[in-house]
Amino acid sequence: MKTLLAGNEAIARGAWEAGVTFASGYPGTPSTEILENFVRYPHVYAEWAPNEKVALDAAIGAAYAGQRSLATMKHVGLNVAADAFYYVSMTGTEAGLVIISADDPQMHSSQNEQDNRNFARFARVPCLDPSDSQEAKDMIVAAYNLSEQFDTPVMVRPTTRISHSFTQVEMGERVEHPSPIKRFPRNPQKYVMVPANARPRHQFIEERLKKLEAFAETFPGNRVEWRDLDLGIVTNGIAYQYAREVFPEASILKLGMSFPIPIQMVADFARRVQQLVVLEELDPFIENLIRLAGISVKGKSIFPLCGEFSPNIVRECGIKAGLLPPEATLPRVDLPELPSLPARPPVLCPGCPHRSTFWAVKKMHLPVNGDIGCYTLGVVPPLSTIDTTGCMGASIGVAHGASKARGKKHIAVIGDSTFFHTGIPALVNVAYNHSQVITIIMDNRVTAMTGDQPNPGTGKTLQGNKTVAIDIAAVVKAIGIKHVAEVDAYDEKALETTLKAFKKLEEPSVIIAKRPCALLPEVRKTYEPLHINPERCDGCGVCLQTGCPALHHSIEIHEASGRTKVEIDPLLCTGCELCAQVCPQKAISFRTQTDQQSYYPQL
Amino acid sequence: MKQRINFLLAGVGGQGVLTASNILSAVGLAVGYDVKKSEVHGMSQRGGNVTSHVRWGEKVYAPLIGGGEVDFLMAFEAVESLRYLEMLRPEATIIADNHQIIPITVTDGAASYPSQEAIDSWLRQVTPHVFWVPGMAIAEKMGNARVANIVLLGFLAALLRMPDDVWHNALVRWVPKKVLALNEEALAAGRALNKAPAE
Repeated sequence: MKTLLAGNEAIARGAWEAGVTFASGYPGTPSTEILENFVRYPHVYAEWAPNEKVALDAAIGAAYAGQRSLATMKHVGLNVAADAFYYVSMTGTEAGLVIISADDPQMHSSQNEQDNRNFARFARVPCLDPSDSQEAKDMIVAAYNLSEQFDTPVMVRPTTRISHSFTQVEMGERVEHPSPIKRFPRNPQKYVMVPANARPRHQFIEERLKKLEAFAETFPGNRVEWRDLDLGIVTNGIAYQYAREVFPEASILKLGMSFPIPIQMVADFARRVQQLVVLEELDPFIENLIRLAGISVKGKSIFPLCGEFSPNIVRECGIKAGLLPPEATLPRVDLPELPSLPARPPVLCPGCPHRSTFWAVKKMHLPVNGDIGCYTLGVVPPLSTIDTTGCMGASIGVAHGASKARGKKHIAVIGDSTFFHTGIPALVNVAYNHSQVITIIMDNRVTAMTGDQPNPGTGKTLQGNKTVAIDIAAVVKAIGIKHVAEVDAYDEKALETTLKAFKKLEEPSVIIAKRPCALLPEVRKTYEPLHINPERCDGCGVCLQTGCPALHHSIEIHEASGRTKVEIDPLLCTGCELCAQVCPQKAISFRTQTDQQSYYPQL
Repeated sequence: MKQRINFLLAGVGGQGVLTASNILSAVGLAVGYDVKKSEVHGMSQRGGNVTSHVRWGEKVYAPLIGGGEVDFLMAFEAVESLRYLEMLRPEATIIADNHQIIPITVTDGAASYPSQEAIDSWLRQVTPHVFWVPGMAIAEKMGNARVANIVLLGFLAALLRMPDDVWHNALVRWVPKKVLALNEEALAAGRALNKAPAE
């Protein structure tokens, strides 16, 4: 019986079937749902770590201890975990270790479009690229066997389109893999990477790579589908599906393993087909490996280097390059001349506590260094508050450097989860080297961007169990920051007053702007829409400058000024009261002033 | 059985686009198709546009529908019906809710929202098979705006002429038990509309 599973669900299932007992990761689109699904299986342990490096170290520890283990992260997470990724390639493990690097071509929710197959090659680690959910599940099982057979970690690299597409999967059973060792290994030559031990291990990984290259020639995930010999396509991952869709007659060499590639197989394939083309998203990775072997091939001269593929793109490029006849163009509709349609850019949700924080921050007229999370949306008009965003934890570090270089104050804004991720060492730098940075930790009690995961500040684990909740203020004080204020993020006045006071200081300071994310279930229960008194509203539009989606122009005109009045969408308003606080006409009710009967929608 | 049917579902975050595509996928599987479903939503918080591609076929390869291959466009919000017209196959069917959700870009004056008449005329320039289904209005009358998506599915169910029980089973699989009856009612309301289609 087949079931429709998302790629991420299939990966979780595969890990369970492979007998994995330990998994650690950090949430990040498109990888997040893997651990959220895995944790629901019996006989497993799974956790959110504070960052990807900690997650991978933890998974390595479990694999050293003889348990099949899994580390999950998005592509940029592997940058954070790269140090661990390299040493574990050197040491190998006692039981299988698989690292999921979920890449994000098109940057649906990422700051860059890096192709992590390069990491696999860099660290001499085999890389498997599933092309649907069934393969995602099966490849995880294969990856553990490969890991143990060759004493190597294995990277499995789904992309967003694989992780978030639903395709049919035939389930298997779990096979337990009890630890092969009785005690924790004492094997310093293998596990203590001092130079004297590391030198022979470098030899080991180069020899292992040669063995993996030989193995790739027989790996069942690499296969040839012979059809017409005019065109031979070498392809991997999701691009395989587009190849089948757009070039149904072409012969295909499908690489389930994109590193190392089975170069003999490629050479045999190349000899038999008239024209050899590589269809792969992002970097010319396979293409370059083929070219290195002296085989003539085309790839990125035909298909785009940047962005995600689609059947459309592949078809159009194929026609342009003469791989398909012009008549392969699909019949299209005649499009009417449309005006430019109103865009729906991502915005901070109604009731988002970051909105009021940014409102206060904007009034300070200081450069603002931002970070990765929902609050990156502080860059969007009308708030337009953020000047830089690079990677997780960068806000505080960049603010410190810029502040030192300019001799001026900077504001760093960072979320609670991001603070735990990589913000703490940067704040240590601010305190230790004494810069005039005002750090605002936007503590909304959850990792909101990726869909409400718990973090070390929330008092809950991935399993939903109670645990210690880290006291951010205590951490900040312990680091040596003397000026620390905890403020309700909905209290715009208090934020502004504190910021003004801290702006006068010659010392580093931290504001912890606290207020749970408005999307949390317990917060949803407290929604209480506000309303605007049309008698008082003069259409000045100050409230609209908050960028709250619950506010919009009404059809009513304010006679004296001729401006359009504003009204509140009761279905969207949560009652955060920011608009009520900023309204110069006091036209918006506070919760305490509302007469609920008068404006609640008829339910 | 048709060889292949491609559905593009478009709406705004929070409108139940993903639930609708789950139900549609379950129906396809139940009647014996291979099914693939893929969601495109990027950084969509509430208020962002959301699309879902659902493909039924004997064997489906790409989870994304190619340009010119959409058979049914289901738009759960009026202006969203216009965003993906280049994806439609000639003679495609459009089922759209005339409900409007005003984007923030309109609120802050950067863009304007086209009139219902204009939207309708543009759609009809693309295909004669345009059906306006007041899903939101019906759902609100039923007391729960969240089943507007199901009203549109009900209309589609009537067009596709597939057995009632596959839709029923799909609802059982994908909607919470306590609102199952309401969803059944919404599906039936959508079906009933198709008896006198306002094409």
